[in-house]
Amino acid sequence: MKYRLFYVLCICSGLITQAQKEVEKKSSFAKSIEEGQFIYEDFCMNCHLTNGEGVAKTFPPLAKSDYLMNKRELSIKAIKFGQKGEIVVNGVKYNNVMAPLGLTDQEIADVMNYITTSWGNINKKMVTKAEVSAIEQ
Amino acid sequence: MKHFTSICIAIMITFTACAQQTESTIKAEAPPQKYESEVVVSGLSIPWGFTFLPDNSMLITEKAGELIHVKDGKKTVIEGLPDIYVRGQGGLLDIELHPDYKKNGWLYFSYASAEGEGQGGNTAIMRAKLVDAKLTEKQLLYKAGPNTRRGQHFGSRIVFDNNGYLFFSIGDRGNRDVNPQDMTKDGGKIYRIHDDGRIPKDNPFVASEGAKTAAYSYGHRNPQGMTKDPKTGAIWTNEHGPRGGDEINIIKPGKNYGWPIISYGINYSGTTFTDITAKEGMEQPLFYWVPSIAPSGMAIVDSNKYPAWKGNVLVGSLKFQYLERLELKKGKVVKREKVLEGMGRVRSVKQGPDGFIYVGIENVGIVKIIPSK
Repeated sequence: MKYRLFYVLCICSGLITQAQKEVEKKSSFAKSIEEGQFIYEDFCMNCHLTNGEGVAKTFPPLAKSDYLMNKRELSIKAIKFGQKGEIVVNGVKYNNVMAPLGLTDQEIADVMNYITTSWGNINKKMVTKAEVSAIEQ
Repeated sequence: MKHFTSICIAIMITFTACAQQTESTIKAEAPPQKYESEVVVSGLSIPWGFTFLPDNSMLITEKAGELIHVKDGKKTVIEGLPDIYVRGQGGLLDIELHPDYKKNGWLYFSYASAEGEGQGGNTAIMRAKLVDAKLTEKQLLYKAGPNTRRGQHFGSRIVFDNNGYLFFSIGDRGNRDVNPQDMTKDGGKIYRIHDDGRIPKDNPFVASEGAKTAAYSYGHRNPQGMTKDPKTGAIWTNEHGPRGGDEINIIKPGKNYGWPIISYGINYSGTTFTDITAKEGMEQPLFYWVPSIAPSGMAIVDSNKYPAWKGNVLVGSLKFQYLERLELKKGKVVKREKVLEGMGRVRSVKQGPDGFIYVGIENVGIVKIIPSK
């Protein structure tokens, strides 16, 4: 009887720890998204606009952008090192320059988490600082 | 129900009122072109500024932090730049020669610098001499403070007036409600200094306690275009509004150009930050753009190469990717036209010593406008 109680307690505490981890993970994701919004408003919004809609043929949209959704690494690369030359976003060609923004890897992760989860975009896998750091030019 | 309907209507009015703006009555036209364009320098990313040396070679600033000398099509990267703070809109910015360059060899440039107090960076003005593809005798003439990690609104344009004063612009550095209206703070201002950095004794705020005495006018958002009117010698600027409300202004000493107390613009989100477009003691723009064209670079044509354009104002549009030509009559804009449409984002424009107009276009290079015969 005593053992059974012990097992139950063990399982319970295990579950609790697991749940706590989930919450922590979620909250660090949520926190990163929140930070990312500030970065977005500071560095990105005057071209990509408030709702990530962009400007036709000049600044590609981020909202429901196939490029951003399917090309995670290239998107991070563009923010980290700048973007130059032709890209196709949602079937439209863009050929412009986005200067390197001078953001830290953490700031890049934050803004990626914000733009990949906003305006109808879905991203379940948080972008981490380590992921950004690993991407080279 | 009646109440509900009227509440609904009231709410609708409130929300639509937020986004209500009067569009510029004069629209930019795109008539058939009477000129050709030639890319004279290719392979540039963001040619923020450029100038011509006495031998007609060019010095071009790349925002990412490169100063490039181009002579007979050959590019040389100039060494010896100071540390440049490349973040957001900051980087290596404008470049200009001393009016007496042939005699004294001074060249002036603006850049974002992390020097001084606080984390981040702010706009700096430096002069130096160019010897064997290297900058020497570097002198920091002005450094705005404090530094900030905000990415916006460094301003940057440099122009000498007919009296040898050096004018430059610094934007509000993303701190709209603090900098532009406070004379004790840098940012949101046009500045005037002597060519060696000294503050002119008759600058408008020299007697104001705690004021930034290099300031010449205030209440600006982000002036990224500046030129000298070849006819009157006055300093003209253009500046970015937020959403709508880009402006052309003629700079007068001590005047308040109103940002952000008065503006024809609204927030990016569509909400308003001010209800008024005019106030006593604040200058009205010579012209304002709604919607915004995102103006950068400015020149006033005075050569004989383009008879139909004489006296016209040229302004680059980053947003719509063309060079705007504005015709004025009695100090009012009467016509707007798109030039070089579709080539790319226009960052800078200048009339060269040969009288031709040269335009810095992102991801293209420097483009010369040649009138068709």
